[in-house]
Amino acid sequence: MTLSLGKDLLGLEPLSGEQIQLILDTAEPFKEISERAIKKVPTLRGATIVNLFFEPSTRTRISFEFAEKRLSADTVNVASSGSSVSKGETLVDTARNLEAMRIDMVVIRHGASGAAQFLAERIESNVINAGDGMHEHPTQGLLDLLTLRDHFKRLDGLKVCIVGDVLHSRVARSNIWGLTKMGAAVGVCGPRSLLPSAIDELEVTVFDRVEAAIEWADALNILRLQLERMQAGYIPSLREYNRVFGVSRERLDRAKRDILILHPGPMNRGVEIDSDVADGPFSVILDQVTNGVAVRMAILYLLSGGKPELAEAAKRGGGGGDR
Amino acid sequence: MSRSILLRGGRVVDPSQSMDAIADVLIVGETIEGIGARVAGDARHRDGLETIDCAGLVVSPGFIDVHCHLREPGREEVETIASGARAAAAGGFTAVCAMPNTDPVTDNQAAVGFIIRQATIADAARVYPIGAISVGQRGDSLAEFGEMIAAGAVAVSDDGKPVASAHLMRTALEYARTFGVPVADHCEEPTLAAGGTMNEGLVSARLGLKGIPAEAEEIMAIRDMLLARRTGGHIHLCHMSTRGSVELIRWGKDRNINVTAEVCPHHLSLTEDAVEGYDTNAKMNPPLRTADDVAALQEAVRDGTIDVIATDHAPHHYDEKEREFANAPNGIIGLETALAVNITWLVAPGTIGLSVLIERMSCAPARVFKLPGGTLRRGAVADVTVFDPQLQWVVEPKRFKSKGRNTPYAGQTLQGKARYTIVGGRTVLRSDA
Repeated sequence: MTLSLGKDLLGLEPLSGEQIQLILDTAEPFKEISERAIKKVPTLRGATIVNLFFEPSTRTRISFEFAEKRLSADTVNVASSGSSVSKGETLVDTARNLEAMRIDMVVIRHGASGAAQFLAERIESNVINAGDGMHEHPTQGLLDLLTLRDHFKRLDGLKVCIVGDVLHSRVARSNIWGLTKMGAAVGVCGPRSLLPSAIDELEVTVFDRVEAAIEWADALNILRLQLERMQAGYIPSLREYNRVFGVSRERLDRAKRDILILHPGPMNRGVEIDSDVADGPFSVILDQVTNGVAVRMAILYLLSGGKPELAEAAKRGGGGGDR
Repeated sequence: MSRSILLRGGRVVDPSQSMDAIADVLIVGETIEGIGARVAGDARHRDGLETIDCAGLVVSPGFIDVHCHLREPGREEVETIASGARAAAAGGFTAVCAMPNTDPVTDNQAAVGFIIRQATIADAARVYPIGAISVGQRGDSLAEFGEMIAAGAVAVSDDGKPVASAHLMRTALEYARTFGVPVADHCEEPTLAAGGTMNEGLVSARLGLKGIPAEAEEIMAIRDMLLARRTGGHIHLCHMSTRGSVELIRWGKDRNINVTAEVCPHHLSLTEDAVEGYDTNAKMNPPLRTADDVAALQEAVRDGTIDVIATDHAPHHYDEKEREFANAPNGIIGLETALAVNITWLVAPGTIGLSVLIERMSCAPARVFKLPGGTLRRGAVADVTVFDPQLQWVVEPKRFKSKGRNTPYAGQTLQGKARYTIVGGRTVLRSDA
């Protein structure tokens, strides 16, 4: 049986548990490459990849770029400022131009939900969603899963609570789908004004009190609170948010058991997460970043047609995927 | 001697006179001369008599669409009054009401006169202008209703934009009452709907799209019914989309508030699920709602809580719809699919009969907006639609008379098609199939 991801990676909602498992398993052998002195294998030699970032991003863009370069792909970065996008070019025209240049893959970050799918439907190249509006951020979801699996050695039966602005968060959505499909129980915790009104129709447990969430969960995934939410009137103040929902050392200490702390970054220290938690013993925030490169290498490899069972060989510098 | 047309042997369905029978209809000049079994005999010796065989077809008073956007002046590349009037005729409409959100806004008598002149030149369906409620549709000060109505406007509306100010809406209802025209109300509480692109619910939560809650519509519907009760003005609630709105309209009608309401074919047939895959042809305002809302709206059409079916025909250039969902404009075209969508989703499953359909598409619009037509009585204006209620056809947007191609029904097989559209005794549509 050959399991594949199809042409694109647009989100975790359309994937099966088996496909997610495949990506996580494929990421394992790629972790080691980043630990080498010469962090490069020839797997994607000759492949051309465009990183199309319509929104500012540091972590995700650099992570993708490293993943691509460590697989020897030729990469081009396009940011919205300084490109034809800032001259008013539409996404469909951008897509057609990329297609005309015979690009193999496009990594897209865009402020509009559905932008990655929009692009994927219009070009032959593989499209990887690096975050589309409030919809999904599948590679973030996958690296969170990998980090959790590294620590707990399982995902099935794990209790993970997403804390913060679920309403506007693509990370939250990808986590909800990814965790649920892998058999984990998902909690969400945040002010009701920052939860979707239909949250009760999703397979999640809602916690109004962060103390209760901490009590329940094996791991917390703490979302960044966008500062503009306060200006838009969703919450009264960052100060109060920190008082009510901020994850502090004190709150963790009162919990009966150890709890793993994840955060997709960038952090607002002192708002959703206190520094002694972010830098504390339970934090795996930097492990997430490390795993991000391996997960993205795995996705690039699989979408380019690489055989999962050959990932170990690819890592050793042997044959790449059938391209 | 005037031209005459004999519509022979059709099933004549005219709710205005509770008629549903096989009969002939004779048109002489611009008016209905007679209806019944004997008119064929009377007509036989007329010079220049054209006989149209209507066997197997339905003959009804002409459809009237009280809500469409014809984009002229301002966006003539998207639709013109002429192309819109031809699209209307192709869909079986003998008359349409054009909303004033043109560029410049139809907020004065000269603009109203321009639309009437363009419609006369188009020589297809009649086009009745609707004037703006507020100058520039800016929601600040009343437009000159009196002059616009004298120039031919049949209603006032800021459609496309809500009237945010309750005071302005109150004044509009009072002032419109002076002239006996309805205030056509785009119900949308702007602060609740701000930034929304689809129905708020599970689908919007999944797709990561900002939702528009049902309450954004319902709050304005009840606000404006209360203002109509206060003022005695006629509030016409446009494009109702929720079960809650239906319940509120029932409440208002039970209390004899001067309220009428319309619903669009797409809100009677599609749900928010059509947005899956970010299909921008499923993006409109108000948005597609849930199956429960659709059921409530269908029932409201059946029992008369909702008076009128109107299209909200809203053409957009294909480039504008070929966008990220959030950045695409609201609206779909509807003039050439309305009849078929209504037959396919309401008549064929047995929810309503043809008589109720024709009442909601012809008689009620004429009554509510005080327009000619909506009846085949002797002496009435000869605005007649002849349609095939059985014909199955595949929606091919490129064949539309409208310049718009933005329809969620593309590729679908629908049932029912206009065959002849007769406006003032002139046949403006003649379709073989």
